[in-house]
Amino acid sequence: MLILVIAHLVVAALVPPAARRWGPRALLAFAALPTAALAWTLTRAPGVLAGEAVRETVKWAGTLDLSFAFRLDPLALLVLLLVTGVGAAVLVHGAYYLDDADAGRVGALLLVFAGAMVGLVTADHLITLYVFWELTTVCSFLLIGGVGATRAERKAALQALLVTALGGLLMLLGLVMLGEAAGTYRLSAILSAPPRGGLVEAALALVLVGAFTKSAQLPFHPWLPAAMVAPTPVSAYLHAAAMVKAGVYLVARWTPAFADVPFWRPAVLVVGLLTLLVGAWRALAETDLKRLLAFGTVSELGLLMVLFGAGTPVAASAGAAMLLAHGAFKAALFLLTGVLDHQLGTRDARELSGVARTFPGLAAVAVLAAASMAGLPPLVGFLGKEASYEAFAGDPVVLAPLVLGSVLTVAYSVRFLWGGFATKPGVKASAGQRPTIGFVLPPAVLAAAGLLLGLWPGLTDDLARGYANGYGPTQEYHLAMWHGFTAPLLFSAVALVAGVGVGWAWDRLAALRARLPRAPEAQRGYEYGVRGLDALALQLTRRTQVGSLPLYLTVILLVVLAGPGLLLALHAPTSVPATMNGLVVQVPLGVLVLAAAIAVPRARHRLSAVLLTGVVGYGVAGLFVAHGAPDLALTQFLVETLVLVVFALVLRRMPVRFTPLRRGWRLHWPRWLAAGGVGLMVGAFALRAAAARDQPAISHAYLDHAEQAGAHNVVSAVLVDFRALDTLGEIGVLAVAAVGVASLVVGARRPRRGQEQEREREREREEVPR
Amino acid sequence: MNPLDLTVVLVVAGLYTVGFLLVLDRSLMRVVLGFAVLGHGSNLLLLVVGGRPGAAPVLGTVAPGEMADPLPQAMALTAIVITFGLTTFLLALAYRSWTFTGHDTVRDDVEDRRLGSVADRRAREERE
Repeated sequence: MLILVIAHLVVAALVPPAARRWGPRALLAFAALPTAALAWTLTRAPGVLAGEAVRETVKWAGTLDLSFAFRLDPLALLVLLLVTGVGAAVLVHGAYYLDDADAGRVGALLLVFAGAMVGLVTADHLITLYVFWELTTVCSFLLIGGVGATRAERKAALQALLVTALGGLLMLLGLVMLGEAAGTYRLSAILSAPPRGGLVEAALALVLVGAFTKSAQLPFHPWLPAAMVAPTPVSAYLHAAAMVKAGVYLVARWTPAFADVPFWRPAVLVVGLLTLLVGAWRALAETDLKRLLAFGTVSELGLLMVLFGAGTPVAASAGAAMLLAHGAFKAALFLLTGVLDHQLGTRDARELSGVARTFPGLAAVAVLAAASMAGLPPLVGFLGKEASYEAFAGDPVVLAPLVLGSVLTVAYSVRFLWGGFATKPGVKASAGQRPTIGFVLPPAVLAAAGLLLGLWPGLTDDLARGYANGYGPTQEYHLAMWHGFTAPLLFSAVALVAGVGVGWAWDRLAALRARLPRAPEAQRGYEYGVRGLDALALQLTRRTQVGSLPLYLTVILLVVLAGPGLLLALHAPTSVPATMNGLVVQVPLGVLVLAAAIAVPRARHRLSAVLLTGVVGYGVAGLFVAHGAPDLALTQFLVETLVLVVFALVLRRMPVRFTPLRRGWRLHWPRWLAAGGVGLMVGAFALRAAAARDQPAISHAYLDHAEQAGAHNVVSAVLVDFRALDTLGEIGVLAVAAVGVASLVVGARRPRRGQEQEREREREREEVPR
Repeated sequence: MNPLDLTVVLVVAGLYTVGFLLVLDRSLMRVVLGFAVLGHGSNLLLLVVGGRPGAAPVLGTVAPGEMADPLPQAMALTAIVITFGLTTFLLALAYRSWTFTGHDTVRDDVEDRRLGSVADRRAREERE
């Protein structure tokens, strides 16, 4: 299976050059790959359905226990059939639909997507699953956005990316929590021995959010209709048949293990049912056939969520049948819309008229596919609908919205057929070139697959039961066309009659709808959210990044106080090891240093400030002597004198006084607070550090061995012998500083002189013409 | 335990306060002086926290037990020299800033200000 994924990715790289060379028809050849994948899946099907899952593990970092783990079980088989089958159909369709400019890019991305999808449904490792999940998101972004030619494309692509990636990230968090709670990231291991506990429930909630965003459930659904700006093959594949099924797949995968978690069923059922109804209601009002189908997809995804999240075998059977049915009929309808759009130049129901008469073959395929969508016998959609009524027969709270949803589904199916193919009074009959056989073949094959699965319920039942058996050992219910005069049959009839009625009378109902109070649109919520986030970011930047260096430094100091300072205050030592020795030497020196230091900020003249700093330096040198460090004192005297000389050299060229700035307590108290706080903190740190010492000093070794180094002064022995490398580094630092200073000072002069000469030359040049 | 002289601790605290106060100023010259003062404070801190005071660590003068710890002294000596390099470099920077712009004050970052004005404009548009 890893080979299958890699094959898709590698072959995808060949698409753009091939499309440049041979045009869009080259995609016909590339359709062979998904077809081969479909064939491979079919050959594995009997074994998998008999209960022998195909497993595959490829270690790629064995020591870290990382491996690619895949397994093909009945559920993966179902989705894989869809992904490969629809993938082949879409590529064939694309060969006729796409123009020269798009074919290479879109074809390649479709193949990459197909590969990612194969990986997603067969992945047996949580992180692998996540990686493929996000790969499909990225493909979706690139395919919706196209080359970013129009604003609508860019907006829709960004919305899809933001919404699904947000869900994806939350899901990743959930997956990691789950993996940690279970002690393994192997999906099959987690599902066979599901962990329990508060952490697991939180993880599942996060995973559900991910599934809901990906499968366009309320209130995340608006990205899906917006994504319809993409070319039709993309819409048919990603946004009807395959990618949006990923969320449903995830729920289907996890329900057998987690259906008894208290919030799982209510959450999935409520969200699913609401999505079912809202999607169908919105679909009815659309006149753009693609958007109508998109809202229809939202609605059907809601239904699939309900069926897969319910956690009963019959509902699972119904879900499996509906999954296959929806993939087949919705992709077929999208492709048909693409054909209409391509041949007639429009897909707006208000502009199309008499298409059934112009293209009768196309209309026949459309009727077949739409009938499956409406749940008419003998199509597979009917099998799924019957089973779903059966699954909730004893649960009127779920059943009622389910039947209502079916009524609306029938109604928008009627609206689609009427809008796309009927002859409308007052509208000019559409005219266009007859599509070639190859163009119509993919939707026809998909619609025929729906018919085949319906006429051969045994096959559908086998496929569905393979998955449904995961919920329990056996079940009485079989998918079939005829169960006798049962309640589900009655519901089907009611849905059909009422739905046709609603669809027929929609134009009159639309007036009624206009008078209903408008519910808040989820799209508005998304827009407010994004704009709010944008404004928040800007305001935050405005408040925090004001561009003032002193302010930034103040903030840094305050953070130092709040972090390490607070810790220091909390861990105050019990006894402070302070003494007051050396009253004669230390105290007068200390007073001198402090007095000079305090005077520095108050000095108005540059020279006095520099001299006062010098006093501080000499005073500190005196303290060094008192501490027993004459070498330090000597160095300090020398350095301080050098610094004074350097300052004097610089001050020669600078103004006498400091640039006057606004002064005042109100402006400066935060600085005083920060600086004073840090000063106190360092003092406390000194006491704390001295108290923390519990080992004898290591320097006795230096004292013992200084003689061997031929020195009497131990400090010089340390510097030039024991730690000579450090001293070498110090010399390096000084050298770098010297080079820096030289280049700064010399460079500071040269440009000025250069500029002078430049100006001089310019003046000369200007004078010449005169 | 390593008893500290309280006077020195107070001096260190005072030097740090003044140093940071100067660094927070808008005048580059004061910032440089602030670094110098902070350097003095740090060197002193390094010395007194690192080891006990005593006689100068020169062999043959007193018994080793009465000597001050030589290791922190060596470190502080290195630090003094490095501080010198840093101070001169900063001074050169301030000098260059003065030669090129005619002043030695820290100006506000123009890019940050521009971003702020974008936020203000957006906020105004939202209100309208």
